[in-house]
Amino acid sequence: MSLQTHRRCQLTLIAEYVLEERLIALVGRLGAHGYTVHEVRGGSFDADGEHRREGAGDTDRTIEMKVICKRAVAEAIAQQVIAQFGPHFSVRLLLSEVEILRPAKY
Amino acid sequence: MSLDPLILVFALGVIARLLRSDLRFPEPVYEALSIYLLLAIGLKGGVELSHQPLAQVALPAVFAVFAGFALPFLLFPLLLHGVRLKRADAASVAAHYGSVSVVTFAIGSAFLQQRAIPYESFMPVLLALMEAPGILAGVVLARAGGTGGASVYREVAVNKGVVLLIGGIAIGWMIGAEGFQPLKPVFGDLFRGLLAIYLLELGLVVGGRVPDLRRAGVRLVVFGLATPLVMGALGVLLGQALLGLSVGGSILFGVLLASASYIAAPAAMRMAVPEANPALGISAALAVTFPFNVFVNIPLLVWLGGQL
Repeated sequence: MSLQTHRRCQLTLIAEYVLEERLIALVGRLGAHGYTVHEVRGGSFDADGEHRREGAGDTDRTIEMKVICKRAVAEAIAQQVIAQFGPHFSVRLLLSEVEILRPAKY
Repeated sequence: MSLDPLILVFALGVIARLLRSDLRFPEPVYEALSIYLLLAIGLKGGVELSHQPLAQVALPAVFAVFAGFALPFLLFPLLLHGVRLKRADAASVAAHYGSVSVVTFAIGSAFLQQRAIPYESFMPVLLALMEAPGILAGVVLARAGGTGGASVYREVAVNKGVVLLIGGIAIGWMIGAEGFQPLKPVFGDLFRGLLAIYLLELGLVVGGRVPDLRRAGVRLVVFGLATPLVMGALGVLLGQALLGLSVGGSILFGVLLASASYIAAPAAMRMAVPEANPALGISAALAVTFPFNVFVNIPLLVWLGGQL
């Protein structure tokens, strides 16, 4: 017998560590049932050269937050994040479709 | 006079990073060491304070809070018109210089202890009191330009530096010297060694910030050198003439005014003034002012204190 799965949306946010508490509050307010956060490292390249974010101090730390929820909730969170933090903070957003096993959890 | 091992270890970190060594500290180690240093400074300050009548601390404490709050207002026009920063950037950098650097204070204290120059035991209290006002002043300056979030004031008031320093002082004051005895092997005896490890990491971070200086511009570098020079000297003079501190105490007060925050201020200003470039304040505070204070200004302030 094959496993019964359900489709949900995974919103992945890669953002500055200082935003963590605000992002948690925001995803909760907009209807997500949960989230996962872990620290990551990264960097970027532009005309000035390489910019690394290595976690040396709070403003240099980067988090990756994953929220699995219904598509409408993920879109509402993404729009709010872009509107609120997009102009001045480093935030990356990715939406992907995932299969989950227990739909009541998401 | 032998070279201070703390300074040598810091220099090793800077050199290692400039040589692109793969030496790195895991972030949790850096975080844990900064928590340890803040709590240790607070505890020891509190234990020392328990021997003293609190009334002696009142005038220096009030003045320290005032000086911390006033400093950004003094520096803001300089940053705006002299360094030619945008309003948000000027407010952010001013906050970094209004607040204080705990590690610069620790190195200043170690410097005095090595030279057997006594200082008032309540100096860590002034350090703790000066952490937040400068940042709050920076928020006020930024707010005048119409930015900032409602929760910023609370976050500044309860940031980890303030909580650990004030909390440590309160615990140290309550337990006194006798209660501190069981903690002494960790918070007393190990302090210098762990400060050295922290400074190695800080050297690596400072070395990594050097390229940012090119982007920050010459004017900000000059500001980062001139501010601690002038404010440090002013602090030593005011410490002796106005606050009646000892030579050692006035030198440490100068160190406090000369130092710039690179832990509490950057995170607070990132949220309070999101449109400001966060690299400016932290690069000036960490890559210019911190090494300048460690290598040049603290010995200068010790010399100045001895002349008065």
